[in-house]
Amino acid sequence: MADQSRPLSPHLQIYRWSWTMAMSILHRATGAALYLGTLLLAVWLISAASGKASFDAAQWVASSWLGRLVLFGYTFALIHHMMGGLRHFVWDLGHGYEAQQRMNMARLTLFISAPLTILIWIVAYVVR
Amino acid sequence: MAEFNLPKNSRITEGQRWPAPVGARNTTEFRVYRWNPDDKANPRVDTYTVDRDDCGPMVLDALIWIKNKVDPTLTFRRSCREGICGSCAMNMDGKNGLACTTGIDECGGHKGGKAAKVAIHPLPHMPVIKDLVPDLTRFYAQHASIEPWLKTTTPAPEKEWQQSKDDREKLDGLYECILCACCSTSCPSYWWNGDRYLGPAVLLQAYRWLIDSRDEATGERLDTLEDPFRLYRCHTIMNCANACPKGLNPAKAIAEIKKMMVVRQV
Repeated sequence: MADQSRPLSPHLQIYRWSWTMAMSILHRATGAALYLGTLLLAVWLISAASGKASFDAAQWVASSWLGRLVLFGYTFALIHHMMGGLRHFVWDLGHGYEAQQRMNMARLTLFISAPLTILIWIVAYVVR
Repeated sequence: MAEFNLPKNSRITEGQRWPAPVGARNTTEFRVYRWNPDDKANPRVDTYTVDRDDCGPMVLDALIWIKNKVDPTLTFRRSCREGICGSCAMNMDGKNGLACTTGIDECGGHKGGKAAKVAIHPLPHMPVIKDLVPDLTRFYAQHASIEPWLKTTTPAPEKEWQQSKDDREKLDGLYECILCACCSTSCPSYWWNGDRYLGPAVLLQAYRWLIDSRDEATGERLDTLEDPFRLYRCHTIMNCANACPKGLNPAKAIAEIKKMMVVRQV
């Protein structure tokens, strides 16, 4: 229990962000976003199972500007979370704890997931 | 649930700007967290201008300079001034470390290789006793809870407990820990769950006894740690390893404990 008579020293307010700290919280955030994205995926599948009219409506929403933006965000969340998952996998095997390694792995999480997301969208538009 | 904002009584206000030393040409500004239990006011940040030509190179030198020459009420812990006692652990420019082994110019806000401004706070997310002095009672209690001593059941040998060179080497990178709390108080998981999560420093200490070839309580020690909070709140955020002023790696020690947990299941 915190002693109410004493102040709590500042934490998030003052701590300097590092790559590992940022990628850790982004991994948590993308994980939460995937719950919502999966929910949308379920809605889309249900609409497909419910007949042409509802599927057309769902498709209209999904291909609107907002729909595409959400879908783009979902793609990034998925890819970033996967890269973060691979990072955790390496750690669970007992590797990647040294200073340079953990820094490189944190950077790679972003520098791979961001271009990969864009690449997926380029491919999607090309093969459409 | 994690509380991201500071409680009302902890919000920081702008404090006073102390007069700059007369005639000083080479100066660095220090913005220092202040809180006095004797008045009812909120914490504040005071600004001091330090004459660098009259002061040593380390952050601790600057704090002592301020206390001696400007404001004797400034309160902080210090003892050895060589990075072995761990007393002067604090947050300097957003990163935890020892004030005695952190150069003033290692801190940010640089102007041509020289620090222009240095922000000093107590170790993060701790109850403050006064100014830069945090209350470490819980931290020490957590350390005591892992029973940091050699536990044996076989009769004690006539002389000392012996250990091979290889087994002794397993303690390198662990025995050097000075319990300064830089790592634990840098850890967001410890910020949000410090009442139940043991935190990096204590877990590194726990591993130091788990891996000791002479210790005979490995199973019991692992049983105590096998808990969703005590051990498994570590999410490899890595602030601990980034902060440790002794260059140790608590994150790795925690991973080794997790590995020991798996190994004993199979």
